[in-house]
Amino acid sequence: MARGHHDIGGLPGAGAIEAADHPLSDWEILADAINQALGARGVKRTDEMRRAREEMDSAAYRDMNYYERWVASMEAILIEKNILTKDEIDQKLAEFESKWGEP
Amino acid sequence: MSDDHGHDHPKHELSYYAKRIYAMRDLLIEKGVISEKDIQCQIEYQEARTPANGARLVAKAWVDPAFKARFIADPKAACQEIGIDATAINEFVVLENTPQVRHMVVCTLCSCYPRPILGRPPDWYKSFNYRQRSVSDPRGVMREFGLELPDEVEVRVHDSTADIRYIVMPMRPAGTEGWSEDDLAKLVTRDSMIGVMDALPSLPE
Repeated sequence: MARGHHDIGGLPGAGAIEAADHPLSDWEILADAINQALGARGVKRTDEMRRAREEMDSAAYRDMNYYERWVASMEAILIEKNILTKDEIDQKLAEFESKWGEP
Repeated sequence: MSDDHGHDHPKHELSYYAKRIYAMRDLLIEKGVISEKDIQCQIEYQEARTPANGARLVAKAWVDPAFKARFIADPKAACQEIGIDATAINEFVVLENTPQVRHMVVCTLCSCYPRPILGRPPDWYKSFNYRQRSVSDPRGVMREFGLELPDEVEVRVHDSTADIRYIVMPMRPAGTEGWSEDDLAKLVTRDSMIGVMDALPSLPE
């Protein structure tokens, strides 16, 4: 079986460990908290989130930063469970943009 | 970080997915899937979780052999004894370092970590470089963190899962006999509980 894009333990070519930590942005703190809250409410499980990350497009997986992968996998799982739809999310974003005047 | 994080609105300079989480938040609250209070509680919960919790556990285990035995045999019960809530972890395993064996923890598939004890994992723990190299070159990784191990010391790398979380109990540094638990706890760094380095040999400046 070919390795999935997430299954990187032991792969060659990795560089030095960058030890510096970045302070989390507000949206990252929010994504983290929503993920935990959905877990606490029994809406989704850790292994479901991991499956969603494992099934996403491989190039996207490598290009996204950590919490972007979380948001993408939360969205996939919430849509899969018929809790949200992509259209609803798109529409909500369009509302924000018209209300706050940002493109 | 603003005081009202979680309540603000998306800014146009945010990335595609950063914006989407604000939209998802509003929809989840409108639909009653989660509440604003749930989100706020999780933010507060995570911010209260810091490596200081793990340091307290390790320092107590260093000075109290009976506690150490309980910490290794039933880590979640030992946490409860000193008021640390580890119930969110399914299976919690303590790995005791010795002069012969060092343990190192990774999550090669993603980022599983003992968050209820230590808080959110550091960026490097989640990085592709660490996930790739920890299992093939653990000694090289330790060397980058400042720990040079002789060949005769065995290194065991533990790969976390959604169900099992690990914490390393570093060795108590020499020359700390008679120290208080509070001072000992200052030697127990986050990175020493992930296992990429030993506890500090002396109090930080």
